[in-house]
Amino acid sequence: MTKRASTRFLITLSAVTIKDQAAVVGIGRTPYWKRGQSHPETEMSMACTAILDALDDAGLSVADLDGFSIYAHACDPATVAAVLGVPEIRFAAAPTAGGGGSAGALGLAAAAIAGGLATCCVTLMSLQQLNRRLGGTAVDGVLAYATMSTGGGGYGRGGMSPSVAFTANNGMLSPGHGFSLITARHMHLYGTRREAFAEVCMSQRDNAANRPMSLQREPLTLDDYFDARMVSDPLCLLDYTMESDGAVAVITVSADRAKDLKQPPAYIMASAHGGSGRWGPGIFRYCQTPDEEFASSGHRPVAERLYEMAGVGPEEVDVALLYDHFSPMVVLQLEDYGFCPIGEGGPFVQDGNIRFETGSIPVNTHGGNLSDAYIIGMTHIVEAVEQLRGTAINQVEGTEIALVTGGPASLPVSGTLLRR
Amino acid sequence: MTDNPLGDVQPGVFPVILTETHADENTQPFWDGAKQDRLMAPRCTNCGTFRLPPEAVCFQCQRREVEWIELPGTGTVYSRIIVRHPLHPGLAPVVPYVTGVVELDGTQGAGARMLVNIIDCDPETVAIGDRVEIVFDHVNQEMAVPRFRPIERDS
Repeated sequence: MTKRASTRFLITLSAVTIKDQAAVVGIGRTPYWKRGQSHPETEMSMACTAILDALDDAGLSVADLDGFSIYAHACDPATVAAVLGVPEIRFAAAPTAGGGGSAGALGLAAAAIAGGLATCCVTLMSLQQLNRRLGGTAVDGVLAYATMSTGGGGYGRGGMSPSVAFTANNGMLSPGHGFSLITARHMHLYGTRREAFAEVCMSQRDNAANRPMSLQREPLTLDDYFDARMVSDPLCLLDYTMESDGAVAVITVSADRAKDLKQPPAYIMASAHGGSGRWGPGIFRYCQTPDEEFASSGHRPVAERLYEMAGVGPEEVDVALLYDHFSPMVVLQLEDYGFCPIGEGGPFVQDGNIRFETGSIPVNTHGGNLSDAYIIGMTHIVEAVEQLRGTAINQVEGTEIALVTGGPASLPVSGTLLRR
Repeated sequence: MTDNPLGDVQPGVFPVILTETHADENTQPFWDGAKQDRLMAPRCTNCGTFRLPPEAVCFQCQRREVEWIELPGTGTVYSRIIVRHPLHPGLAPVVPYVTGVVELDGTQGAGARMLVNIIDCDPETVAIGDRVEIVFDHVNQEMAVPRFRPIERDS
């Protein structure tokens, strides 16, 4: 308890934060493809396209780029810099986990810039799932995911962790299984219904319908949802994100420099990554988080820090771009980010609150991972920036503040508030 | 003999794919107990918190010393999923199977939950709150894999 109290004290009274110190000034992307169909492009060629596109959008060039704030092993900065001709790398770092770091990578870029370590950072994802797939599915054998070592890194990883024998034989083989467990508990505790998950899927599909670049644009009905096959009950096929190829990059510079560039800046009001320690890699391995956290998105502490740093609350957020690898995680994030009370996310979405044009908090106006493309959260960042510029295809009128998140996942998960 | 790369599989029973315990000093007593069909769990001698899987440090008080307690081997389903899609061709005869989190009797909740395959059940009817008991699958001399099965209500 002492430690927690002192940490909060520091956050509350800290005079120096990254608030408003940096801005996203450039966005770039390749087309999106269904998984494995981007050949003969490569992850490198797509990364280069997206980065150059984003620099050009900002009115900057490779000569200006000196930082890589990435996540989920998006690229090897050393190779990209050599290929692109980046004169000098001054910063190259990432939040330590997977897709949960997407929004947090912007905060890391802002911290690097505010701290004088770099002046111009790229955050990107380049993804080609030709020979590999995310989530340890059948391609690499059923063993690969189940026996995935816990902890450690590339150096000195001493073989299989002793804890792996406690989980390898239990039939949990993919992220979908883990998120299904969380979902089942939420349904049990709060009476959340599959109709709520259907509404997430349908509203986001409607948002993608008029977007030429989106991969899933066919209308989706409640019957379609309930006719879809169950994959890991209570999740059906449509609750799972699609798998996609493509690259997306964004450029972050200091707030001062942002004013002189080509595009209206999207200022980073606040950013946080992390989560409560006992969540850990929990959803995939231990499931030993306390009851009040188990049936959550794991974002609650991140949300608290985010709003504290920004000095605003959920009522000031105009559009929410919530990481949606599995549709129920949108519902749980709506609770954790305070758009509705804990446990009431289901009825909240079923009442139409996340709909574009009519809802109280439009969510994933670009279609999200579920219907636009799954570039591990980067499309959410691009949509947030376009909403703030006023150039989104499904523009929320008068958007001043956008929330973008990464995860739920193994920690760190992350959130960032952007403003005009 | 079987053509299935995962061996002789049965409906609802996730096959043993890791046949070694990879034990260290923190986990060996668990596997020693399992060989005798006993569920052993380490309890912190300082604060009384159980931890499973066994790790080196208590997450409540950061002390290392533990005493090994035999638990009754019964518990309650905390959450569960029904896996219907086989992620490996060899799992096609296994699905649907149930995997769930079980809260163990004799502990204090989140410190000693187990994430396990629940067998000997109709997958469609296993619900959160159901009472279950442990059963060990003796794979070899070294390893007995824990699964849980429903406790009969009326017998």
